[in-house]
Amino acid sequence: MTGLELVLASALRLSVPLLFAALGEWIAERAGALNVSLEGMMLAAAFGGYVGAVATGSSALGLLCAAATGLSVALAQSGMSYRLTVDANVVGLTLNVLVLGLTSYLPAPTEPVDVPHLTVPGLSALPVVGGALFDQPWPAYLLLGLAPALWWVGYRTRWGLELRACGDGPRAADASGVDVPRRRRQAVLVCGAFAGLGGGYLAVAEVGLFNPNMTAGRGYLVLAAVIFGGWTLRGTLAGCLLFGAADAMRLALPALGYQFNPQLLLATPYLLALLTMTVLARRGHGPAALGVPFRRGLT
Amino acid sequence: MTDRVARMRPAVPARLVTPLAYLASFTVTMTAVALLVELTGHSAAEVALTLYQGSFADLLSLGRVLDEATALLLVATGAVVCARAGMFNIGQEGQLVIGALAGAFVALRVPAPGWLAPVLTLGAAAAGGALWAGVAAALHYWRRVNVVIGTLLLIFLASQLVSFALNRDWLLQEATPAGQNRLPQSAVLPAAAHLPRWGRYPGIEVGAGALLAIGIAAATVVLLARSQWGFRLRLLGLNPVAARRSGVRAGLVGGGALLISGGCAGLAGGVVLAGDVHRMQGGIANNLGWEGLLVALVARHHPAAVVPVAVLFGALRAGAGFLASTGVPRYLVSVLTALIVIASTLPAAFAELRLRRRPGRSRS
Repeated sequence: MTGLELVLASALRLSVPLLFAALGEWIAERAGALNVSLEGMMLAAAFGGYVGAVATGSSALGLLCAAATGLSVALAQSGMSYRLTVDANVVGLTLNVLVLGLTSYLPAPTEPVDVPHLTVPGLSALPVVGGALFDQPWPAYLLLGLAPALWWVGYRTRWGLELRACGDGPRAADASGVDVPRRRRQAVLVCGAFAGLGGGYLAVAEVGLFNPNMTAGRGYLVLAAVIFGGWTLRGTLAGCLLFGAADAMRLALPALGYQFNPQLLLATPYLLALLTMTVLARRGHGPAALGVPFRRGLT
Repeated sequence: MTDRVARMRPAVPARLVTPLAYLASFTVTMTAVALLVELTGHSAAEVALTLYQGSFADLLSLGRVLDEATALLLVATGAVVCARAGMFNIGQEGQLVIGALAGAFVALRVPAPGWLAPVLTLGAAAAGGALWAGVAAALHYWRRVNVVIGTLLLIFLASQLVSFALNRDWLLQEATPAGQNRLPQSAVLPAAAHLPRWGRYPGIEVGAGALLAIGIAAATVVLLARSQWGFRLRLLGLNPVAARRSGVRAGLVGGGALLISGGCAGLAGGVVLAGDVHRMQGGIANNLGWEGLLVALVARHHPAAVVPVAVLFGALRAGAGFLASTGVPRYLVSVLTALIVIASTLPAAFAELRLRRRPGRSRS
C-alpha cells in the first residue's frame, strides 16, 4: 500500500461514523433544533450497540440496538425541550454529562466483535481508491442508500418541507397549520436514530470494542461539519469527509515520515466551521430560527 | 358527584406546590441513583457515606470542597450574569483554559515584586478568558454568529491552542534536562505568584481564591439587583425589544456580559493555576467549566443561590476522588450531577406546561 492509499482508506474509515451522525444532525438543524446532545447520542449508542452486538452475537442486531439507544437519548432530548420547554442547550449538555457518566460507570464486556468487510470483487483492486471505496465493513454501504433517501425526504416531501419551514420561519409554519414542536421532536428523533447508527458503527464495526468516552468529541465535530456545509446535505457530507481526512492525516503523516503540526490539524474543523459561519451567517444561509425556542403567541 | 368536585379542588395549597414538586423531583432522582448503585452490585448507603466522608466529614476534606467550589462559583457567577442578559455562553471550559494559559504565561515571563505577582497572574487570566469570550461576542455582533455555536467551537480551538503552547519549549513547555521525557506542561510558577493560603494541614485550608470568589459573587448579587447596569442587563435579557426602545445598547450591555462571563471563567482558571496546581497542564480545566455552567443552571440563574449549589457540586467533586478508593467508579458522580440538573429544571417546566394547557389561569 502506498502512503496516499493508506491515508485515503483511513480517511474514509474515520469519516463513516461522522457521515451517519451528520445525516441526522442535518435534518435536526434544518428543523431549527440545535442538538448539542449529538455527542451523548453517539456515545450512548456506541455502548448500546457494542453490548447488543456482544449479547446477540450479530453485528446487524448490534447496530439496531445502537439506533435504539440513540433514539432513547433523542426521546429524552425531544421530550424535555420540545414538549416541555427546558432550554435545548441545557438539556443537551446535561444529557452529554449523563451519558458520559453512565457509559463509563456501567460495566461493559471486553470481548472484541468483528464485522465482515464487503469487498467488491474487481473494483477493490483498483489502484489508490480501491481499498478506500470498495473494501469497507458492510454497514458503511448503508450510507449509499440512506443519504439519497434523506435528501429526498428533506427536499421532496411535504414532511420535509414542513420540517425545514420550522427551522426557517416557525411562526409562519405555525400560522399555516404546522405543529412546530411536533416536527422538531420528529426531527430530533430521526437525528437520534442516525447518530445511533454512527456511534454503533464506531464501536461495532470500526473499533470492535467499547472504551469510555470513545466518541471523544466526534459529536461536536459533526456539529461543526453541518455548519461547515452551510446547512446543505452535500456540504455537510463533504465536511465530514474533509474532517475525516484531517484526522487520518494526523494519524498517518508521522508514520509516513512527514512532520506536521498535529494541533493545527485537530483544530482545523472547528476553525473552518467558525470561518464558514462568519461568512455565511449574515447572508441568510442556514435555518434562521436555529436554536431559537418556539412558543406560540410569543414574539 | 361530591367525589368529583373534591377532586377538582387543588389538593395542596398553592404555595406548597413548588417546594413539593422539587421534593418529588429530587426524591425520584436520588432513588434512581440508589437503584443504579444497587443494581451494579454496590451499596448505596456506603456510597452516600463515602461521599460524605470525602466532603464534609472533617476539616481537611472541607478545605478540598472549598477549593473545588471556588472555581465552580467563579464560573457560575459569570454564567449567571451572561444568562441574565439573554446570552447563553457555553464555552466556559475553553475560556477557563485560556485564562489559565494567559496567567501561566505572565507568571512565568513577567518578573514582578511579591504582592504584584499574583495580582498580575489573575489579571492576565481574567483578560485571557474575556478575550476568548470576546471572540464569540465580536462574531455575534459583527456577523450574527450564534453565541452558543461560537462559544462551543471556541472550546475546541482553546484546547488545541493550549496543547500547542505546552508542546513548544519557546512558549510554555518546561525545560527538562536532556534524556528525560518531555511532558506537555509548564514549569512550576515562581513562589511569589502563588496565591496565599491560610490554615495548616490538620485544620481547614482556605485559599485567597475562595475569598475572591465570594466577593465577586456578593458584588454580582448587589449590582444585578440594585445598579443601573444590573437593571439594563436584566431588561435586555427579559425583553430585547423593550430594552432597545428604552435606549439600552445591546452590543455594549450584552457583549459586556459575555466578556464578564469569559473573564470570570478565565479568573477561575487563574485561581486553579495560582492557588492549587501551580503549573499549567493540559487537563487543568478538568470539566470545571462545564460543571460551573451546570451550577448556574441548578441555581436557576439566581446569583445568590449559586453559592450553596457551588458548594454542593464542589462536595460531589471532592467526594468523587474518595469514591474511587472504595471500588465504585467515580463516574457515578457525573450521573448524579446530571440527574440533579435535570431534577432542578423539571418542576418549573411542568409548571409552565400546566399553565400553557390552561391559559385562563394567570401566572402567580
